[in-house]
Amino acid sequence: MEFQFPILSVIVFIPIIAGVLMMLMPAERKNEVRIIALAAAVLALLLSIWVYITYDQNVAGYQFEEVYDWVPALGIGYHVGVDGMSIPLVLLTGVVMFTGVLISWGLDDRPREFFAILFLLATGVFGVFVSLDLFLLFFFYEIAVFPMYLLIAIWGWAKTREYAAMKLTLYLFVGSVIALVGILAMYFGSGLETFDMIKLEEANFSEHFQNIWFLPVFLGFAVLGGIWPFHNWSPDGHVAAPTAVSMFHAGVLMKLGAFAALRVGIMLLPQGAERWSGLIMVFAVIAVVYGALIAFMQDDLKYMIGFSSVSHMGLVMLGLSTLNKNGLTGAGVQMFSHGVMTALFFAVAGMIYDRAHTRYISELGGMGKIMPFAMIGFIIGGFVSMGMPGFSGFVAEFPIFMGVWQVSPWIAIIATTSIVITAAYILRNVRDVFFRPLPKKLEGQITDVIVLDKVAIFTVSALMIALGLFPIILVPMVQTGVDNILRLLGGA
Amino acid sequence: MAIETLIIWLIPLPPFLAFFLIILFTNKNKMLSHGLGVGAAILSWLGSMFVIYKALTDDHFSAFEGTLKWLPIGESTDTWFSIGVMIDPLGATVLFFVSITIFMIFLYSIGYHNFGQPKGDKDQPGLPPHGATIKQGKGKSITVPSIEPLYARFFAFLSLFAFGMYLLVVSDNLLTMFVGWEIMGLCSYLLIGFWYGKKSARDAAIKAFMTTRIGDVFMLLGIVFLYTATGTLTFREIFTEETLAALAGAPAILGLSAAGAISLLLFIGTIGKSAQWPLHVWLPDAMEGPTPVSAMIHAATMVSAGVYALIRMFPLLTADFSGHGLTTAMSIIAFIGAFTALFAATIAVAQNDIKRVLAYSTISQLGFMIAALGIGAYVAAVFHLVTHAFFKALLFLGSGSVIHGMEHGVLHTGKHKVDPQNMFNMGGLRTKMPVTFWTFLIGGFALSGFPVITAGFWSKDEILADAWGNGHMVVFITLAIAAFLTAFYTMRQITLTFLGKPRTKEAGHAHETPWTMTVPLVILSVFAIGFGWVGIPEHFPVLGGILPNWFHNFVGHTLTHPPEVLKFDIVPLATSLVVALGGLGFGYLAYRNVKSPADDKLQISVLKNKWYFDEIYDFIFVKPAYWVSETLIYKWIDRGLIDGILHSFGTVIGFLGYSIRKYFDLKLINDFFSDGSARVTQWFGGRLQPIQTGHIQQYMLASLGLIIIIGGILLSLLVQ
Repeated sequence: MEFQFPILSVIVFIPIIAGVLMMLMPAERKNEVRIIALAAAVLALLLSIWVYITYDQNVAGYQFEEVYDWVPALGIGYHVGVDGMSIPLVLLTGVVMFTGVLISWGLDDRPREFFAILFLLATGVFGVFVSLDLFLLFFFYEIAVFPMYLLIAIWGWAKTREYAAMKLTLYLFVGSVIALVGILAMYFGSGLETFDMIKLEEANFSEHFQNIWFLPVFLGFAVLGGIWPFHNWSPDGHVAAPTAVSMFHAGVLMKLGAFAALRVGIMLLPQGAERWSGLIMVFAVIAVVYGALIAFMQDDLKYMIGFSSVSHMGLVMLGLSTLNKNGLTGAGVQMFSHGVMTALFFAVAGMIYDRAHTRYISELGGMGKIMPFAMIGFIIGGFVSMGMPGFSGFVAEFPIFMGVWQVSPWIAIIATTSIVITAAYILRNVRDVFFRPLPKKLEGQITDVIVLDKVAIFTVSALMIALGLFPIILVPMVQTGVDNILRLLGGA
Repeated sequence: MAIETLIIWLIPLPPFLAFFLIILFTNKNKMLSHGLGVGAAILSWLGSMFVIYKALTDDHFSAFEGTLKWLPIGESTDTWFSIGVMIDPLGATVLFFVSITIFMIFLYSIGYHNFGQPKGDKDQPGLPPHGATIKQGKGKSITVPSIEPLYARFFAFLSLFAFGMYLLVVSDNLLTMFVGWEIMGLCSYLLIGFWYGKKSARDAAIKAFMTTRIGDVFMLLGIVFLYTATGTLTFREIFTEETLAALAGAPAILGLSAAGAISLLLFIGTIGKSAQWPLHVWLPDAMEGPTPVSAMIHAATMVSAGVYALIRMFPLLTADFSGHGLTTAMSIIAFIGAFTALFAATIAVAQNDIKRVLAYSTISQLGFMIAALGIGAYVAAVFHLVTHAFFKALLFLGSGSVIHGMEHGVLHTGKHKVDPQNMFNMGGLRTKMPVTFWTFLIGGFALSGFPVITAGFWSKDEILADAWGNGHMVVFITLAIAAFLTAFYTMRQITLTFLGKPRTKEAGHAHETPWTMTVPLVILSVFAIGFGWVGIPEHFPVLGGILPNWFHNFVGHTLTHPPEVLKFDIVPLATSLVVALGGLGFGYLAYRNVKSPADDKLQISVLKNKWYFDEIYDFIFVKPAYWVSETLIYKWIDRGLIDGILHSFGTVIGFLGYSIRKYFDLKLINDFFSDGSARVTQWFGGRLQPIQTGHIQQYMLASLGLIIIIGGILLSLLVQ
């Protein structure tokens, strides 16, 4: 067999290697640390783009696979590979990592440790998206979750960071333990003595088994996806987290939950998914409307974005719960679209907070004149959020509503009310934060964003518009992944 | 690809490019920016004219079309939403007025925003210009109008808006149409809130966007429903006999057929976009935007788009219509249209702001078109759509010219408290601004349906004739009353604004506006008169033979079965004549001597306050929405119930831990096992103390005894 460059492993381990390098640097050489961080992020991003471009959509299926034994006695292997569903998420992680480093450039409190821990998280995230082995997936999943505690508790907002870090960690660990039990059940229940997901896809679990174990597995992971009613850790976590961490948290970490719920829950237990999809759909539609309503009344900018994430992740879950092609495609696109959009939102919110030292919308105003670039970015994000045609949000939401309508028109009607509510809170926010005259208290202390911020804003905004105008760059890719899911569902 | 198809593809592009070029490059240069904007408008106009020319000269013209793949969707592997363009007779007609009015509005905007004037003394971006002081030697200085600070941005937004409208008109499917629809919604938000320094403008922008958005959501649902039912969104695929028959046959809910339900969902989108009751509340507030925007959004394009969408869906709407007795969906549409026509007209009667009168009149006139569609009068609706676009654009631009002239007067006197939009501050402008006066008069008469010469007469007459001829008496009477009120408030407006003597110093110093503003007025007034002639019914006395039913035949062929021409009837004609002339006459008589609002007998508070709809909506929708999200969902459910459960876990686990510590850990483990074992040892130690005598011999004796005992036991065990 000819040698194949292990590109996925390289992507996964770049962040952690960079982290180790940074820890070897003296703490006071902050700029060098930042440069290493940026270099690693750029490299990871370029490699993800490479994977994205060279993935052969005509062949579809899992590609760039690497298989090594890890603990053969237990059937644990190091098996990675990507398909149309996970590649966009790998790219998303690369984008968020890159922009996250850019906008954290000014962070002055122990940047070495900050970036090192953040990159540990990034490795975990990349790892989950490429894992094709259940044990490996779970392993990376925990690596992704654990650093959040440190990042929030150390660098977070002093007032609530301990509470939020604790709440987040507890929710996520409880969720993952429940999922772990399910994973072990699958391991023993399959009789195949393997954690390899591709083999488990063909395991043909009995209907009884699937009906019992689908919910624990799905919900256990979906907690991280912010599924209602287990969403409450998420907004609190966003608010307490420093900007780059919020971006990771909402941008990719929540996708992790939805992705794992899809990969492990729906794909390995398809009959269970069909049995319980109604319940998931109800949870999801509640989250969509409920999150939007709460976001509507929030005065705290970050809480607003946090609850809007709950609402938008609800759309992802809604798409997943349809189990049809339109819904699943929409969910896949929405994961990407929401990832970049919400990263942008948190980035801008962070820029505003760093300058105004308040996140209360009622105390803000006049930012449009001072930081027009940030405003344009925020408005573009807003249009994505509202599902305006021409932006990526529409490309994602339209198929979701289509898929939901096929299952239940009433749910679709309820879910679309969120479009109106979303428009209400986004526009209100834009009006007050950017267009209203600058309050006296803030005069003189606000400055425009720096060049690096602009690069970050430009990157994500351009992505959202490009995807909105030319859905062809992403949607067919996601569809190849969806076809595989449908095959599993149909074969059930 | 035929040349005309290529041109259709290219029509929306120039404004789109202009938008990006202005935003990215020419932002600082005013001349280049408006050059790009107007240039793009001219290019699109030329393209449109070419296509229309082709359509008119093509004997067997049905449609030009072309498609591209855009969004992959659907169950099978290779189904796509295609974006495509199409121009059929209806599209050509709409393109005709859209391209002309857009061009005129672009041209007008140059003068309206004071191009060529100096920068204002205290002007700020986001606020209307306040004028600039110019020194004229020897300490003398005069105040002149100053240029709009965000001049370039205005043209950028306006270009994007034009792009949205063109896209909507040329698209051959509901999805691209929806895209154009939403782009216009977005631009109306940006343009209504253009002077964002004003709180009222910021709020109006949001109100407009939100209200139309409610409609849009239903429209989106309608699109989803339609796609799920038919698997296509392309007009020519939907409007085939089989598909329509299937939709008409499939039951949906509430006794509606699928065709009816989809039509109604899409119609709710129209209600929002075309500001029909009950979603009409945004349009009057939208007058906060600069006047060219009002003309653009609220006359020529955006509100017309709503009606256009409904006209497009006419085959679907009438899919289960047998020709006798309206279907449920059609009755609802007819009711809403007729009701809105009358309802908005009553409000217009009591408004004092020159633009607000026009705003309500727009709502009312759109109601005429909707009602016409509801009763199946396809051609009449299209006809009125076109004539209305011309004369309403003319009226809005005319009112902008009036306001501009009044602002001139305000700058002259320096009294900035005087509202240049309040008609009671005007009067006698006919001599100060003759071009504006005559063109406004033409526009106003067209709106009133002044007999024979104005376009508005022919189109409105056709609607009334259709209502009468098909026996829809309720609609006929409602619309006739609305038409009377229309003529009445129009004459009130003309009388208060232009006739009589100036009521304020400012009006006395009003000034005619520059040519960039008056030329569009003149051109539009030509159409406000002339366009009516293409639609003169064949059997109309004397004039009927000039262009017999030309418009009817042209537009009617959009449909597979062109509607039949009605027989000529004297009753609706007489009604048209009476309401138009009567309304105009009464309006003049009632207001020729009115000097102030106190003299105005129609300043009834229920009318002035627009039937209190803003207040009612605030009470039944806005306030409860806040309560639900803030108190019910956030405080009670999210923070109360869900977090409460979590925190109660914390408490319970804390309590459990404490209890375990106190009753189990401390008592049993600590006290009993740990401390207990120590105490037991101590106790034994105490008891055994006496044997620790210190005498070696005693120890050895004891050891010996122990050995013997253990040895005996072991021995006995081994022996066994």
